[in-house]
Amino acid sequence: MKEELFVSGRNIPNIDPFLNIWHWQIPVYLFLGGLAAGILFFAALFTIMGKADKMEATVKKAPLIVPIALVLGLFALFLDLKHQLFFWRLYTTVRIESPMSWGAWVLLVITPLSFVWVASYAKELKPGWNWKWALLDKIEAFVIEKRLWLAWIIIVLSVILGIYTGILLSAFNARPLWNTSILGPLFLVSGMSTGAAVIMLMSRSAEEKKLMGGIDLLLIVIELFFITHMIMGFQAGSETQIASAQLFLGGPFTVPFWVFVVILGLIFPAILEVMERLGIHMPVIVPAGLVIIGGFIFRFIMVEAGQITRYLY
Amino acid sequence: MRYAMAIDTLKCVGCSDCVIACQMENNVPLGFCRDWVVESVHGTYPQVGLELRSERCNHCENAPCVRCCPTGASHIEEGGVVVVTHNKCIGCGACIQACPYDARYSHPEGYVDKCTFCNHRLTEGLNPACVSVCPTKCMYFGDLDDPNSAISNVLATRKFKSLAPEAGTKPQIFYLV
Repeated sequence: MKEELFVSGRNIPNIDPFLNIWHWQIPVYLFLGGLAAGILFFAALFTIMGKADKMEATVKKAPLIVPIALVLGLFALFLDLKHQLFFWRLYTTVRIESPMSWGAWVLLVITPLSFVWVASYAKELKPGWNWKWALLDKIEAFVIEKRLWLAWIIIVLSVILGIYTGILLSAFNARPLWNTSILGPLFLVSGMSTGAAVIMLMSRSAEEKKLMGGIDLLLIVIELFFITHMIMGFQAGSETQIASAQLFLGGPFTVPFWVFVVILGLIFPAILEVMERLGIHMPVIVPAGLVIIGGFIFRFIMVEAGQITRYLY
Repeated sequence: MRYAMAIDTLKCVGCSDCVIACQMENNVPLGFCRDWVVESVHGTYPQVGLELRSERCNHCENAPCVRCCPTGASHIEEGGVVVVTHNKCIGCGACIQACPYDARYSHPEGYVDKCTFCNHRLTEGLNPACVSVCPTKCMYFGDLDDPNSAISNVLATRKFKSLAPEAGTKPQIFYLV
């Protein structure tokens, strides 16, 4: 038996007895960032493949969500800062070793680009749209001409943004639950899956819905594989990692994780999407909604649970 | 120059003088502390053992808090002292997540705060406040690069350990056992 206590007394807010320095703002940002990355990835992908007109919701309508999601996500990040008036310090330096630093720089580039992407489709989505200034018309003509280039830049940045949501957590050696290299790909796939779900919700074309449903199904299967892989990795890991996996295998996060994330957020929507392909129809809001809510809860659980895991000494 | 500290767990009585001295010296806000004393009990009665440890920032050689800082506010100063520049810190909490020792906290004014080895005293040639007040003289401080310093001498002759060396941080606080 081993017991430790602070004889000098120590009850620091948000540190003791369990670390809880990151609150709702971080998972909200991770969710919105992943969602935005997913939508941008598909929008750019189908543009590069030359299917912009067939995949109208993917390329033109769903990206409308992206600038809103990114701005809200950035605002959530800002709310999380404790020394807010100094936030500009992020942009006075580039620190390659700090995921948060290059994440901040990627966001600084991809957020305006997402506005540009949406604006370049303004006239198609809203006939009669008028930019009022001739300069804006010229910029629009330039962007439309170079749209393929923009798509290539965005597809690379969207993958970085999606992976970054996971690497932000996995870079912390001190939190064993996060410290797994699978977390980057897992969050990327999860973000792309929620992005595909949003596109399915916004699409009016049966063909597009079916294609995105198929992609989403594939992403869900990959995600389930990654989750299994993550837990297997923990179980085969050091004592700290075995202890952190226990949070999901009998510990306080067991029910939320397996019921809301794995069963309701992944397995159930996957079954519904398979049924849809077999000809048993149901409203798209059910599988898509479950995927989105599941992705949201997944990030909450990972941020909350990860913070209470630590080194044992 | 490489500052380090050694704490004799066999001499420490857990009086917490080091904690109070630090709070007074560094004007630590009420309810916070930069160092603390842990009582670690192991075994089952009557076969029990007790270890008292005065803990603080380990001023790691491979400091994860410095690596993850997005603005460079957390940095390593001369002598290996890990310090936070207050007006560069944005209070993102990344360094608090990165520390395996939970040695950092968010100061009520917003920035992240932690043990500085009392570097304002070091420049005057004094020991850190915690070391200077210890009534059992169980704390040794000094330069590891100087073979004649108090810390080099005690580490050369005594058995010691550091906390969570498996975290790869190369901590510079040593516990004599």
